[in-house]
Amino acid sequence: MSNPHRQRLFGGDVDWFTILIWFVLCVIGWFNIHAAVYDPEHPSLFSMSTNYGKQSIYIFSAIIIAVAMLIVDAKFYSSIAPVLYALTVLLLIVVLLVGRNVGGNQSWIPLGGFRLQPSEFAKLATCLLLARYLSAQSNKTPNLKSLFIGVAIALLPVVLVLLQRDTGSALVFFSLVFVFYREGYISSQWLLIGATCILLFVLTLVFNQWAVILVLAAVCGIGVYLSRKKRKAITGLVFLFACATVYVLSVEFVYENVLQSHHRNRIDVVLGKIDDPRGEGYNLHQSIIAIGSGQFWGKGYLQGTQTKYNFVPEQSTDFIFCTVGEEWGFVGSMVVIGIYLTLLLRIVNIAERQRTAFARIYAYGVACILFFHFAINIGMTIGIVPIIGIPLPFVSYGGSSLWSFTILLFIMLKFDANRKGIV
Amino acid sequence: MNGLFERKYIIQGIFIAIAVIISARLFYLQLIDKSYLLSANNNVLRKMVIYPARGVILDRHGEVLVQNEPVYDLLVTPREVKEIDTALLCELVGIDHEGFVRRMNSARSYSPYKASQFEKQIPATAYAKLQEHLYKFRGFYVQNRTVRSYPDSVAPQFLGYIQEVNDRDIERSNGFYRPGDYIGASGVESAYEDLLRGQRGVKNVMVDVFNRPQGVFAEGRYDTLAVAGDGLVSSLDKELQILAEKLMKNKIGSVVAIEPATGEILTFVSSPGYDPNMMVGRERGNNYMKLLHDPYKPMFIRPTQAQYPPGSVFKVVAALIAQQAGTINAQTVFNCPGGYRYGGGRGFMRCTHVDGSIPLIPAIQRSCNTYFGYTYARMIDHRSGMPSAKAYELWREAVMKFGIGQSLGIDLPGEKSGLLPTADFYTKRYGNAKWGSGFNISLSIGQGEMGITPLQMANIMAIVANRGFYYRPHLIKAIGEQQITKPEFTEKISAGVDAAYYEPVIEGLSRAVNVPGGTGYSVRIAGIEMCGKTGTAQNPHGENHAVFFAFAPRENPKIAIAVFVENAGYGGTWAGPIASMLIEKYLKDTITLPKYIQDRIYNADLLPKPKTPKAAETVAVNRPPEATPKSEPEEEAVYVHHSLLSARHE
Repeated sequence: MSNPHRQRLFGGDVDWFTILIWFVLCVIGWFNIHAAVYDPEHPSLFSMSTNYGKQSIYIFSAIIIAVAMLIVDAKFYSSIAPVLYALTVLLLIVVLLVGRNVGGNQSWIPLGGFRLQPSEFAKLATCLLLARYLSAQSNKTPNLKSLFIGVAIALLPVVLVLLQRDTGSALVFFSLVFVFYREGYISSQWLLIGATCILLFVLTLVFNQWAVILVLAAVCGIGVYLSRKKRKAITGLVFLFACATVYVLSVEFVYENVLQSHHRNRIDVVLGKIDDPRGEGYNLHQSIIAIGSGQFWGKGYLQGTQTKYNFVPEQSTDFIFCTVGEEWGFVGSMVVIGIYLTLLLRIVNIAERQRTAFARIYAYGVACILFFHFAINIGMTIGIVPIIGIPLPFVSYGGSSLWSFTILLFIMLKFDANRKGIV
Repeated sequence: MNGLFERKYIIQGIFIAIAVIISARLFYLQLIDKSYLLSANNNVLRKMVIYPARGVILDRHGEVLVQNEPVYDLLVTPREVKEIDTALLCELVGIDHEGFVRRMNSARSYSPYKASQFEKQIPATAYAKLQEHLYKFRGFYVQNRTVRSYPDSVAPQFLGYIQEVNDRDIERSNGFYRPGDYIGASGVESAYEDLLRGQRGVKNVMVDVFNRPQGVFAEGRYDTLAVAGDGLVSSLDKELQILAEKLMKNKIGSVVAIEPATGEILTFVSSPGYDPNMMVGRERGNNYMKLLHDPYKPMFIRPTQAQYPPGSVFKVVAALIAQQAGTINAQTVFNCPGGYRYGGGRGFMRCTHVDGSIPLIPAIQRSCNTYFGYTYARMIDHRSGMPSAKAYELWREAVMKFGIGQSLGIDLPGEKSGLLPTADFYTKRYGNAKWGSGFNISLSIGQGEMGITPLQMANIMAIVANRGFYYRPHLIKAIGEQQITKPEFTEKISAGVDAAYYEPVIEGLSRAVNVPGGTGYSVRIAGIEMCGKTGTAQNPHGENHAVFFAFAPRENPKIAIAVFVENAGYGGTWAGPIASMLIEKYLKDTITLPKYIQDRIYNADLLPKPKTPKAAETVAVNRPPEATPKSEPEEEAVYVHHSLLSARHE
């Protein structure tokens, strides 16, 4: 920040490092989209009709959007939050009525030659409103009432998005749990319990439920033995064991009756319970082959046969990481993951340096959403989470996704640039 | 800042932990497990086989006998087929709607994503029409291949045919052949399969997820070119072959003509034949079954597989080996009272003439049974201090040197060896070794338990023409660009009889044709001294078979021939003119035989009228259809057991 003029640009200290990361990710995305749709028979240099041609336009307009986000007065975002939230909810209802069905999800609103995906913008609106509401409560001690209202703010879009059968986008909102954690609404134990629940869920599906209960009983038994002098601890352990047992026993029921069959199949594929590389497991199988065949250095730009010849499905959107893995290898994958991790840690640092609770909570919301997309998107391409159709922020092809993530990020940067002023 | 500040580290810790888990998984996938590169290559790499052109077969003057003709296989990838005009496609390919559905279903059951054969061998004419409309049929592709084509439709049994390999062929070839390949199944195609087939090329092509080719792999570094099969030059004279086939039309039998100086076969007719083009193309299956069930057995290769009692021609052999053994000479005279009496007067072998005292040359000329009865008796019963069985073995060895009772090693599969019993055979039959010439006297005149193929008969004529030796009769005289001749065909084989002993025999044969009253006098050729004889092969099942064997000219012979016409009765009527015309055509490129005789031959229909002709009761089919077991039916020599009373001619 040596240049005083630049410091004053957009009315504050703009975090150029984050902007650089954002831009690098966009460029990486563009090249990989080009590789993914590259047709070796017609290697035309550049065409606006192709995905990478369109993505150039999207990136260009994202830059304009980014600048606009930095120009707008920071107070505006705070004041518009309820309106924006209401508007998004309205759009989510509209999309249920007039939405175009794309790939099984009824989540697009056709607008002329252009399609709008309201769920992308719901993340932004939810973050803003949640930040506004929780920051308004920040001078009190966290209480159940504000927790419930906060959760309600996050859950309303979840319900509406789920109605569009867009499970992936709905799950994103659950990442906001870290916001509540950071703000003290949830204690570390609950985080631990949540993690344990996920672990038990997976273990129960992989192994027999009775085997899981048996192991739990053994662990509790050891615990009871070690703390045999403390009655209270024993009661707690027994209570925990009882809860866990009920939970484990209910897993199968929930799995078979609440989840839809294609969700079950996707989970079964990841758990290795379905071995069907031609049917249910085809996408994952081809995705792993693409990434695995990249080896250390990758096959080279435009040399990935898995992506070039369309073995990988959705390769410029949800499975864009396959192109990275295949053509740039382990080295390229590590670079991309490194960049993402840097971005995420940077955002958390930015969040913590904010003076207002509003800006901090919002920044945490951004971090959570980006983190969830990053972990789930890459995780699904390498087979450690079930296939959930959500894009890799800034890298995947698509205008709606690129713009909404850009807006999300640059509003945060605006707050950060203004952090020394008063919001 | 509130007191929850340190929770930042926990959140960042979680972020880092997840990134580490992802990195670890990538480490495993990309650096530890090497199988994915292989899987990726398997996805895109397709080895495309490039079929070589099969070797072309020419006749001795360079005229084409077999060549290759392009045909087109129509392939379909069921997944890509969308909204096509099935009616039009059916019409263009020449199938009905049911056929379309059946083919689509079978293609789909093979693989919806991979191309499989929809229709095989669409001829070029139909393809031209189809090609115009092909763009309308998404998912259909054409792959060209070559099939055999026979411009003059000659020599079907000699050329043989090719067919798709079956599982056993593939197994036996150690994986050389693959399903859909063609393999020579009979005739020269089979005998020279290894040379004709050439070498397949491989092209490594990359395909996309729909199996559409996307270009060569690694700039063709791992590709190999197809190498065309070797061309073969046959010994056949196409003109002569066409004439011979024309002459043998509507007759059952064989014509074999050999160039004595080389053993090259000039004419190889097995009648009835068939158009070799029938064994090609889409009607092949039907045609094959038709030929297989034809009562006249066109698939039976008569020149090498039919066996007849040799008759008169054996007298030539008998005269030669008796002279060599010293039991008779050119001056030896026997008395012929119209037959030969043997077995102490109990047996009598009739002769066609009453000649009185007859020396060797007229005996040959007039085919005197009595003369050769005595000759045989001297060979078997009167060898000094030798029991008959022992003498018979010596006699048999001498006979075998003329190629009787052993296969000659012609370059065609399925050659029969003929029949010549061992001494043990008779010892076993008569219970002890105390048998003599009277017990199998019919062997003396080439009857009884003796069988030879037309090829062997022609070869005997070649031996006589050469005065004592022969080269293995063969059909392929040169192989490949270097015109290589197989070494076994350049080896001179002696018949074990000195050249001098041939003169009286040849004189006898010459007189039979060129002296008025001789059996071949009517078919003599002006200006050429043909030596030959009519013969009759006894047929216990019906009319005798007409035979004529000859060579010409007498000095420096150029052609030796044997003609068999089954069920035609007397040899001079049918077999003689055929042989004569062929010899004259070959030597002088003209035919002077009276027109009416020629027409009589061309127009004759000598096919036996009963529903089951006696021609050949068993058929050696080299390659039975897929449905039947693959064992080669062992053929019995059906012509020789015509009478267990052969030693009791009355």
